[in-house]
Amino acid sequence: MHRGKGMKFVGDSRVTAEQKANLPKDYSEYPGRTEAFWPNFLLKEWLVGSVFLIGFLILTAAHPSPLEQQADPTNAGYIPLPDWYFLFLYQFLKYQFAGGDYIVLGAIVMPGLAFGALLLAPFLDPGPERRPTKRPIAVSLMMLGVIATFWLTYESVSEADYEMRSEEYGVNIEAVESEIDKSGPGWAAYEANCLSCHGDALQGQGNYPALMDTERSIEEIKDIAVNGVGSMPAGIFNGSDEELQQLAEFIKNAGSGGGSEGGESSEGGSSEESSSEGESSEGESSEEGSSEEGSSSEE
Amino acid sequence: MLQRLYDWVDERVDITPLWRDIADHEVPEHVNPAHHFSAFVYCFGGLTFFVTVIQILSGMFLTMYYVPDIENAWKSVYYLQREVAYGQIVRGMHHWGASLVIVMLFLHTLRVFFQGAYKKPRELNWVIGVLLFFVMLGLGFTGYLLPWDNKAYFATQVGLEIAAATPLIGDEIRTLLAGDPSIVGAQTLTRFFAIHVFFLPAALFGLMAFHFILIRKQGISGPL
Repeated sequence: MHRGKGMKFVGDSRVTAEQKANLPKDYSEYPGRTEAFWPNFLLKEWLVGSVFLIGFLILTAAHPSPLEQQADPTNAGYIPLPDWYFLFLYQFLKYQFAGGDYIVLGAIVMPGLAFGALLLAPFLDPGPERRPTKRPIAVSLMMLGVIATFWLTYESVSEADYEMRSEEYGVNIEAVESEIDKSGPGWAAYEANCLSCHGDALQGQGNYPALMDTERSIEEIKDIAVNGVGSMPAGIFNGSDEELQQLAEFIKNAGSGGGSEGGESSEGGSSEESSSEGESSEGESSEEGSSEEGSSSEE
Repeated sequence: MLQRLYDWVDERVDITPLWRDIADHEVPEHVNPAHHFSAFVYCFGGLTFFVTVIQILSGMFLTMYYVPDIENAWKSVYYLQREVAYGQIVRGMHHWGASLVIVMLFLHTLRVFFQGAYKKPRELNWVIGVLLFFVMLGLGFTGYLLPWDNKAYFATQVGLEIAAATPLIGDEIRTLLAGDPSIVGAQTLTRFFAIHVFFLPAALFGLMAFHFILIRKQGISGPL
């Protein structure tokens, strides 16, 4: 078949003067049982693809993709974590010689060398030999790279506390979608004293625990509000004893399944997005019901 | 009827060679898992392409609901996940597909490397393949920010700091990506969205076309 120069066309068109059937190429260089791509091989490939797709859909259905609370730039307690395939680099930069003062070395030079070598592998390993055993340097360098990547990823995964993360950082759907009584005096006390840390749906954020469905007694809640607990300092609560009592009752009853102070159903409660911390309280998305808009704009 | 329509078009634009060129080639024995089960390693490249197609399709549907704006991005993803019919499946496919495509690319790269399939005359296709790997990692990095949750926000901040560590042009790179030398915010989200949805896919399609044309030109490397 003519290609390029010397190819003849009909008139000024691009239709070649000589029409030849596109016959299958001769694969005599690979003797053996060859198979036509169309349709024989493609049918088998389709089967592999189907099995793969079924496995993939099972994974998708069994594990809903995660979504954490809405981004809050002021959340100082958050421990960042990249997606798993960047963990090796993330972990690498934690080491003294690769991070801090040596950040250029760790973040640019070494990954640059590794990926540059990968990119230029055919020119760094130009010999004609293909068998891994016949090109020990290239193969051992690659093995080293793969093992280092796996090991760094493993180290990073074992240092990250995924259980804690999904508990603390995940969206607490129950808290988001449960109704909170915002009409009573308890809410007012909560709003004044606790909301800035524990969130407008008692859902907590970052290192601040959620207060939904608390198992503590009213007396304990009162004590914590005044004297603090764990990393929560004392003296957070400012107000009268009566307000303290109302606050404790409000927290105790929140999310405990209704019937707290009577007025629960009158208010729309917290909308799902008002859980998502400060900045979301304005500008509700239009997809959400407008009844929910009212309650969160009060905050 | 269909045949006559085909003939009418074919007579004028000669489309037969276009598809016959893809259809008519022999698959050699050594890459066919039906003959040698160990040849399943040759599936990784095709499966990478398969997952890429899933990513393109699911991504197209995600943009029907997604809003690249800091007020609404998270809410639109949450809405998609909770309210939209099959939204959870579509987002799940895109989320897990992003991981799977990296796994498949990694396996495909290792297969080509350890078989020495990048040797002459296939050097150029290896380089294109590694560039495709970089584009995929870029898609992963920019796509991670889009749901605008805490994990996305703070990981992007770290990623941009790493980019800013580049000597001489670090700050410029950071500004180009984030829209600001120090803030990760509204500009960053729209830029990452544009990069994720327009710039990188354009590069991806171009490189993939090259990759496949070269495979057809050069054929699969022979058995070891």
